[in-house]
Amino acid sequence: MKILVCISNVPDTTSKINFTENDTKFDTNGVQFVINPYDEFCLTRAMWFKEKQGASVTVVNVGTAATEPTLRKALAIGADDAIRVNMESVDGLSVAKQLAEVVKNGGYDLVLAGRESIDYNGGMVPGMLASLLDFNFVNGCVGMEVDGTAVSLTREIDGGNESLTASLPMVVAGQKGIVEEKDLRIPNMRGIMMARKKPLKVLEPVAGENATSIASFEKPAPKGAVKLVAADNIDELINLLHNEAKVI
Amino acid sequence: MSVLVFANSTDGKFKKNAFEVVSYGKKVAEQLGSTVVVVTINANNTETLYTYGADKVFSVTNDALSTFNAKAYASVIQQVADAQNSSVVILDSSIDTLHVAPILAVALDAGYVSNVVALPSSTSPFTVKRKAFSNKAFSNTVIAADTKVIGVAQNSYGVFENPVTGTTESFDATIADSGVKSEKVERVTGQVTIADADVVVSAGRGLKGPENWGMIEELAGVLGAATACSKPVSDLGWRPHGEHVGQTGKPVATNLYIAIGISGAIQHLAGINASKVKVVINTDPEAPFFKAADYGIVGDAFEVVPKLIEKLKAFKQA
Ligand SMILES: Cc1cc2nc3c(=O)[nH]c(=O)nc-3n(C[C@H](O)[C@H](O)[C@H](O)COP(=O)(O)OP(=O)(O)OC[C@H]3O[C@@H](n4cnc5c(N)ncnc54)[C@H](O)[C@@H]3O)c2cc1C
Repeated sequence: MKILVCISNVPDTTSKINFTENDTKFDTNGVQFVINPYDEFCLTRAMWFKEKQGASVTVVNVGTAATEPTLRKALAIGADDAIRVNMESVDGLSVAKQLAEVVKNGGYDLVLAGRESIDYNGGMVPGMLASLLDFNFVNGCVGMEVDGTAVSLTREIDGGNESLTASLPMVVAGQKGIVEEKDLRIPNMRGIMMARKKPLKVLEPVAGENATSIASFEKPAPKGAVKLVAADNIDELINLLHNEAKVI
Repeated sequence: MSVLVFANSTDGKFKKNAFEVVSYGKKVAEQLGSTVVVVTINANNTETLYTYGADKVFSVTNDALSTFNAKAYASVIQQVADAQNSSVVILDSSIDTLHVAPILAVALDAGYVSNVVALPSSTSPFTVKRKAFSNKAFSNTVIAADTKVIGVAQNSYGVFENPVTGTTESFDATIADSGVKSEKVERVTGQVTIADADVVVSAGRGLKGPENWGMIEELAGVLGAATACSKPVSDLGWRPHGEHVGQTGKPVATNLYIAIGISGAIQHLAGINASKVKVVINTDPEAPFFKAADYGIVGDAFEVVPKLIEKLKAFKQA
């Protein structure tokens, strides 16, 4: 099985979000970038397939050279090789189109990607990629097994789970559950040393246009101070929720 | 040209989401000077959509669609969009619809924007405001493509009545062979789910152990609320994963979010920022959650929550 794991390079979850250039650009100043947490679950699942039933694992990112440390981290976790498509990613569809090229040229039969990235939260690249390739697609995957080309999956639905079957080739968008949090891997020294020697191929993007673009960013309006109610004055809380906030 | 809305249903029934997207679609149609048509799949009582402004409903009924299937649903919506020459397609941003929309966008060669929180601020260029950075910001996104697919974030626009004399017509769609087969659906029944709830009662590690969730469930019961939890609580297996809210869990956009024994870490707040009113109960007056909350009680959950349940019961009976 040839697995491709899509890696999005995102601000660490603790990052303060600010913008520059008249609120048109994300301010990367002082921001740590990491593997998108959902992608990390997928990468770990891919490693599991590699170790337990034999597979090659390639990681891919559509981004500028600034994303390479994140790809190296994925290599340190155990991916065999990495691909970077040299393009600033601004739009889900154009990223999906670049990824589709990579999948076609590389002959991957399983593509794993996080269900969304925690920066732009589009949640669209995996589904678009599957459509462009005409591969089967399952979103929000919380469990997955592969036997030959038969795939059984569990996806999260509102208030429960759904079990599904499909066959390779396919695209699966994963989240916590595809592996457990405790099974996530932290790169060790040996992994980091080996990652330096692993191939990281840079590809130039294929031509294409963006379907969407970001005109500007905004931050939520600042919030008023909390109204504190004494612990022995629950009546006051109920009064506020009923008469002021009008939510009960 | 028309605005097409997909009104999703479960077991034939519409939820609030469906009315929200039709309300939203009606306004977009007004902005564009066009009509709003709605597509439904195996839904009953399509006439309820007229209340929210649906001029025309295309009802697709087919046993092959009795269980949700992303590719098949996308293909049905695409067929209606093509037949109606729809330049804008509006859907909700529920789990199922987030599965369908990207497939649909590719099929329509459209620009797709998910988690949209407001009406288009301009229709030329077509600009919508959406959530970004896990609710820590918004982006004003321009859709350049001729066809636009908009996923409206839950509870972000609201449900507005706008009654019209609508009509329903059945639509004969070809059902695509989807390649993905549903084997079993397991849903917790009889409980309010986070996606449907107007009120969510959520608790964190401050509750000390799963055995203490009885009072959280009781409080949720009194309020008709869904229960939720912080990430460590689901990691520890105290509560099911589906209840974990936050940046890496479920987003919550309810009218009222009550957080009990939750510190208010940035990753947790990211998932609940979009809720309208936040109430925090925490022993630690320095807990970061107090900065994000509207109302707070500095106090011990084990003392405050039982009292709150008792008082709320009395309030509800009054
Ligand atoms: C990559 C990443 C992603 C993450 N994603 C998420 C996410 O999606 N969602 C999420 O929730 N977290 C997430 N986290 C974890 C987050 O950083 C916090 O660790 C977590 O939210 C803390 O949960 P908690 O508040 O329940 O527990 P704690 O931090 O242990 O806080 C418990 C709180 O309970 C209070 N307390 C104790 N006893 C009582 C009592 N008797 N009565 C009232 N209050 C009491 C304490 O004062 C404290 O404030 C993520 C972390 C990382 C690194």
